[in-house]
Order: sequence, then C-alpha cells, then structure tokens
Amino acid sequence: MTLSQFADAALFPDSDQTVYTIRTESFEGPFDLLLHLIKKNEIDIYNIPIAAITRQYLEYLDVMQELNLDIAGDFLVMASTLIQIKSRMLLPLPPDEETGEEEVEDPRAELVARLLEYQKYKEAAMTLGQRDLLGRDVFARSFAAPELAESLPEEEPLEVEMFELIEAFQRVLAVVPAATFHEVGAEGPSIADRISEILLLLQGTEAAGFEEIFIGSATREAVIVTFLAILELCKLRMVKLTQAQSFGKIWIIPVMLAAGGDAITEVDIDRDFA
Amino acid sequence: MTGTSLKSVVESLLFVADPPLTLDKLCSILEEYERKDIVAAIDDILADYRQGSRGIFLAEVAGGWQFRSRPENADYLRRLSRTRPYRFSQSSMETLAIIAYRQPITRAEVEYLRGVDSGGVLKTLLDKKLIRILGKKDIPGRPLIYGTSREFLEAFNLKDLASLPTLKEVQELTGHDLLETQEELPLSAGDEQGRVE
Repeated sequence: MTLSQFADAALFPDSDQTVYTIRTESFEGPFDLLLHLIKKNEIDIYNIPIAAITRQYLEYLDVMQELNLDIAGDFLVMASTLIQIKSRMLLPLPPDEETGEEEVEDPRAELVARLLEYQKYKEAAMTLGQRDLLGRDVFARSFAAPELAESLPEEEPLEVEMFELIEAFQRVLAVVPAATFHEVGAEGPSIADRISEILLLLQGTEAAGFEEIFIGSATREAVIVTFLAILELCKLRMVKLTQAQSFGKIWIIPVMLAAGGDAITEVDIDRDFA
Repeated sequence: MTGTSLKSVVESLLFVADPPLTLDKLCSILEEYERKDIVAAIDDILADYRQGSRGIFLAEVAGGWQFRSRPENADYLRRLSRTRPYRFSQSSMETLAIIAYRQPITRAEVEYLRGVDSGGVLKTLLDKKLIRILGKKDIPGRPLIYGTSREFLEAFNLKDLASLPTLKEVQELTGHDLLETQEELPLSAGDEQGRVE
C-alpha cells in the first residue's frame, strides 16, 4: 500500500465532513503568546505599546479561529484584559475622592508583573530540562522507571514553534485576497487529496519550503486545506517541520517510512482510524 | 575490620541496591560500624569514581547515593534500553518548575502563574509520579495542594530541593534581571500552610 493510498483510505473515513478540530499541546497559553510577540517586536517589556500588541494578539486569535483551532477561554480572557488596559490608558482618571490626588499607577503594571513572573518559571523550566535526566542522560541499574520510559507519541513536540507556524500561515493567507462575495460552487480538494499531493511533491526531495507548498493554492479555502494537510502529516509523523534559526524559513522534510523501526506509525494509524 | 573492607562493603551495597541508599539505611544495615566511618567510606568511593575514566559515577540523589552511568555515554545506553527517552512537553516542564519552586501549591495558583488551564498537565505529572498530593488547603473549597516527589529528585538528578538552582541563579544564567521575590499569590487567601489529612 503506498502512502497516498494510506492517506485516502485510512486517515479520513469521513473526509466530506467540513468541521475539523485540531488540538495542540504546543500552545502554552496567552502569556507565552504575549512574550513571543514582545520578543519578536523587540519591545521593552516595561513599556508595552498596548494598542499594537493587542492588534497582533487579536490577529493571532483570528487565524486560530479560521483554522478551527480550539481556542482556550484563557486566550479570550487575555484579549479582554488587553482591551481593558488600553481603555483605561485612554480615559482620564478621576481624582481619588479621599486624598484628592490623581491615581498614577500604570494600568499595565499588573500584566507586566505577571508576564515577568511567568517568564521566570519558563526559564526555570528550561534550566530544569537541561539537567542530567534519569533515563535520558544518565542511567541507573534499574533505569527503566516504567512511568518515564514509555514515550507517548503525541507528546513529541514540533520542532517549529506553533506560534511561528501560525505566523507563516498568516503570511501565506495575506497574499490571497479575501473573497468579498459568497460563492456557491463545486467543492474544492479535500484534505486527503492535498495530503496525497504534498506527499507526491515531497517524493524524492530532501525538503521543501513551507511557502512553496502553497503555490497553486489560490483561494483562502485552498490555503487552509493545504495548511491542515501539513498539520495532519506532522501529526502522523510523515513529515517534520524544522528551521535553521528562530524566525527563519520553515522547511518541510519528509520522514522516510523505512522498513523496520518505523512500523509504529502504521500501528498507530490502525488503532486510531480502524 | 579495616577501613578498606568497610569501603568495599559499602560499594557492594550501593552497587546492588535498587533505589538510592540513604545514610540512615546504610547505618541500619551496617549496625556494627560507626556512622562517621560509613560517611568516610562513601566520601572515599565518591572520590574514586570522580577521577579517572570510569563509566559510572556515584550520584547524590534524593537524599541518598546511587551508581549511575556517565551522561556522555547516554547515546549508547539508549541502544541498550531500546526505549526512546521520555520527552517532557513545555507545558509539563513549566508546571513542574512552578510546583518545584512554589510548593505547597494549589491548582488555582499554578493556573494563575501560567495563565492557562493546567488540570490535564497536573494529572499527567501525577501519573508519572513526579508530583504528589500533599493534602488539602484550609481555605474555602479545600483545594488539593501539590508538591514534588522523591521520584522527581531521582529523575532530575537532585540531592534535595535545596539543590535546585535558585531562581536568581536561573536569571543569571539566562541573563534576565527579574524580580526574585516570591510574593503571596492573590489567590491563596487564608492560612499559609493549612493542610489537613
């Protein structure tokens, strides 16, 4: 059975269904997204331009929504917090009734404090992860601590950060004009079709640029279908997404289903979709 | 009964024992020896394995000692075990770090710090025995409080919680100047350590 047949037959038993929900562990939450935006824009964390950051933040949520990503309520709470902070910055503050003095506290102060606090633990987590881990770096005689030895395939992280992937997708989507009229037409290619096409495209190559995969996807719908197809291929570990440096070009690398070691993938497919 | 023979006995015990052996455990096994002689024997063995080109070293973990393979040989050791090393997701590492540094801590406090629902991650960490439930906090709702386990210390090669790098050291490593203070979270009203059961 070839790969593409596999994709057609096994992966999408109900591929005419139009609602896809994708969950991913890679989203660490609103703080992570905000820190990502602050780092990317090289902003001083003590002087965040709330309007600009809020706009970018909401753009992310839009794209996530367009992809039917399951946006956690926490992301929406943060969106309203940002807007509230902005409105408090715009309004003149009423003088304090008791002292008669104007309140001078920066409305951003609490958010900044929480972001810094979060960043502290994020860094502590990284330092912790770099220690010599039992079962990974050092082994004891009864090293197979069973809880730690079993590796759950879905916890394998993408090598490209999810936010960056969304950003790349945003760029591709920006090129395609938004349809201003409602069109009733024949259905476009399904995700299963796109998976076969992408696999064909990757056959015999070592890597393809992320943006190049979208050449030929002329409508928003086609772009979204292509992107979902890439995500699905990642999930099935038929491709890997990598980049040479942060914010660099994203590459799609086909994973060879060589004989032997990778039989796991097929087992997984059987179990999940049979 | 010379020092050398005690050293060799201790070495044998450490080699065969499964979990890290604590000093108390060693003393109870070797009741005919003085505690200080046993400590000296361990120090001797530690020094022996630290020098030279041994493939194992005596690690001080979870309040005891355990022979472990050298980290630089990890690639070969993995072939022996034929399992892929467990990869922690960013969310589990974050949650684990927060619990390690701020225990005893409730789920609401973890979620306040992370800004995101953490129920699933906590369950995974409990399943992996890296954290444990310490009891219930004596505030309305009586939420569970969490802390790290002995397995956490073993897994992360830590002698005890005090040997975690301080948050200040972490900041110096990563070059960020952040606030070191651990203020009381706005959520944790009521008695600090109030735990029952």
